[in-house]
Amino acid sequence: MTPGVLILIVLAMTIVGFILGRRRAVAMANREKVKLHSLPGYYGQTVALFVAVPAYVLLAAWLFLQPIVIENHISDLIPASAIPEGGARSLVMADVRRIANGLDYVVGKGGVSEDELASMRADISNIRSRLADVGIALGSDVKPVVFQAAKTYRKIGKTGSLLRDIAVLAAALGFGLWALWRVNPRMRARNTSETFVKALLIASSSVAILTTLGILLSLLFESIHFFRIYPARDFFFSTVWNPQFRGGSDLGILPLLWGTFYVSFVALLLAVPIGLMIAIYLAEYSGSTLRSFAKPAIEILAGIPTIVYGLFALVTVGPFLRDWIAQPFGIGNSSSSVMTAGLVMGIMLIPFVSSLSDDIINAVPQAMRDGSYGLGATQSETIKRVILPAALPGIVGAVLLAASRAIGETMIVVMGAGAAARLNLNPFEAMTTVTVKIVSQLTGDTEFASPETLVAFALGLTLFVFTLGLNILALYIVRKYREQYE
Amino acid sequence: MNEMTETATEAAVNAAASNRSVKMRGDKVGVFYGEKQALFDVDLDIYEHEVTALIGPSGCGKSTFLRCLNRMNDTIDGCRVTGKLTLDSENIYDPKIDVVELRARVGMVFQKPNPFPKSIFENIAYGPRIHGLVKSKGDLDEVVAISLQKAGLFEEVKDRLNEPGTGLSGGQQQRLCIARAIAVSPEVILMDEPCSALDPIATAKVEELIDELRENYTIVIVTHSMQQAARVSQRTAMFHLGNLVEVDATDVIFTNPSDPKTQDYITGRYG
Ligand SMILES: Nc1ncnc2c1ncn2[C@@H]1O[C@H](COP(=O)(O)OP(=O)(O)OP(=O)(O)O)[C@@H](O)[C@H]1O
Ligand SMILES: [Mg+2]
Repeated sequence: MTPGVLILIVLAMTIVGFILGRRRAVAMANREKVKLHSLPGYYGQTVALFVAVPAYVLLAAWLFLQPIVIENHISDLIPASAIPEGGARSLVMADVRRIANGLDYVVGKGGVSEDELASMRADISNIRSRLADVGIALGSDVKPVVFQAAKTYRKIGKTGSLLRDIAVLAAALGFGLWALWRVNPRMRARNTSETFVKALLIASSSVAILTTLGILLSLLFESIHFFRIYPARDFFFSTVWNPQFRGGSDLGILPLLWGTFYVSFVALLLAVPIGLMIAIYLAEYSGSTLRSFAKPAIEILAGIPTIVYGLFALVTVGPFLRDWIAQPFGIGNSSSSVMTAGLVMGIMLIPFVSSLSDDIINAVPQAMRDGSYGLGATQSETIKRVILPAALPGIVGAVLLAASRAIGETMIVVMGAGAAARLNLNPFEAMTTVTVKIVSQLTGDTEFASPETLVAFALGLTLFVFTLGLNILALYIVRKYREQYE
Repeated sequence: MNEMTETATEAAVNAAASNRSVKMRGDKVGVFYGEKQALFDVDLDIYEHEVTALIGPSGCGKSTFLRCLNRMNDTIDGCRVTGKLTLDSENIYDPKIDVVELRARVGMVFQKPNPFPKSIFENIAYGPRIHGLVKSKGDLDEVVAISLQKAGLFEEVKDRLNEPGTGLSGGQQQRLCIARAIAVSPEVILMDEPCSALDPIATAKVEELIDELRENYTIVIVTHSMQQAARVSQRTAMFHLGNLVEVDATDVIFTNPSDPKTQDYITGRYG
């Protein structure tokens, strides 16, 4: 039985459980002539939940754990001698898995029967060519141990799946019958189902939180790993970024941070004033018709994938800046530059700033405006002296959120800013950012355990700390501002 | 034309009777919110140095009329005013009129106290600053102090002028808003249910204040409290479903109204 079929069967059992539970509650209430504590549906729901939840949880756990257990077991079967020179055990294990899958496939197509397969031996029959026939390409001839391991892998896997099916169905049936047996009119089915719903919601939110935590921990562990083989002082304070394939690299973060902040600064310099003016116009001046067009139109900008902005930077803005500004004034020759990436990123951030600020300006009570107009203030005086001061904390929060987006942005800088790690003031020079280097360090050909690769995690962690700090600050400010009118 | 002079003479007679001159005059004022007409042909005179009360059941157009008097309706999308409204016989809906200056001459106090989220001092200094009424910091201090005194708030807040205006009690906030309006030296002050958010003691203070302010200003007040209208106003105008039902001296309205609707309303039979 495949897991899919199993899921469907449990689902069917759940429905049956619901019907039986409901019916039993009603029948008992009629027989004993008492009033049901809850609506009949709740009894059905309780039974259904007891059928479904333990069975599905068990299934999920099994699907997750079985491969790990089998893998460990098989891995022990392969002697060190079967592992080729310079290769890794994991590579041999990958072969085992592929051969096992291939065998499944051959058997499934009826090319070989199970009995035939059991007596097949790698040293006699040509496994490699048979597998190649069904589209499984192997790098070398199959070693007998590996073939045996693959056969064992299949066998254990089969037994495991069978056990899984039995266990899951037993859980569904067992818990379901138990719940059905417990049904009686006085049972507080409504409260039981309430508890279940609450547990479900808590479980969902913990998925999100645990994932975040997991990401953070893996970042942290890899970073610690990195700092074991590369001095933290050099990483944080060196001004040279010069990774080498053969080791002995300089991995100073400062030029990258400088690039990140420079590009973000240019972006915010463009996005904040324009976004703010758009927000003020939309919130205070535009009529409702124009607003209903303009606001979604501007927000479409936010829906454009950043890779498209990157293209725009690469083919339009970059060459334009180079040909019309940088070269005529003799301040640069590169089409990738801080200016290119910054301007394009600024355009990307405009709707972000404008839509957040627009909401914040709209949240300033109409009474404030009335008060100001009633004293004979003009619209711009009202905006300048009443609305903006009242909305300022919220706007600062919006700008900080935009800044944290700018710092984390990758695609636009990859395509617009270049790859040269430089500490330079000239915005028409190519520079690079933390995010760009994370990409290039991980997509390189270097060994995974080398500092050149692991540095990506340390860079990621640094970036994470920065954006987290900015986000917390922004949320704090926004929340503080909210309290003002409550 | 002939009709115009007739109403004018009639008004003059009225004015002579109460010994006051007309400060603002509405002549066939109609207001539309989009397609919907909220006010129909209202002819109403506001006399100088008097308190005029606007009463009537909810939704009858009192606030709408009040907001016409300083063109606050301009800030509402789709609101249109017809007819003629004058301030010192100048049509305030004339395109040549500067709305900003008009609102400085005709100040407004709102139903809910709405101090700016600034200090008490800044709240009052706001108007004089934007209109350039003061030359020096000393002048400004003086204007603030005088306005607070006129609003009867000075003694309560003189030591905390730099604290936020939003930190005052509701009644104090409302008097702060009155002080804020006074600070720009308006000629007319419009008040839309200024006491509806206040307790009886704060209400009594504001009513007392309104009575004092009558010396120097012309006041129009919207109220749902018959007692309040009777206590503070000299003239009362009764609105119903967007029409002006009748307007007369307050004691006449309350003792001997000519329209049965007024009679019903002030005796609490509806509204
Ligand atoms: N901004 C607006 N848009 C559309 N219609 C409005 C608007 N303001 C008021 N109206 C309508 O105009 C009519 C008069 O409203 P107005 O606010 O003047 O009543 P009111 O006499 O002040 O009532 P209340 O005593 O409840 O304050 C009402 O029917 C109301 O629905
Ligand atoms: Mg009103």
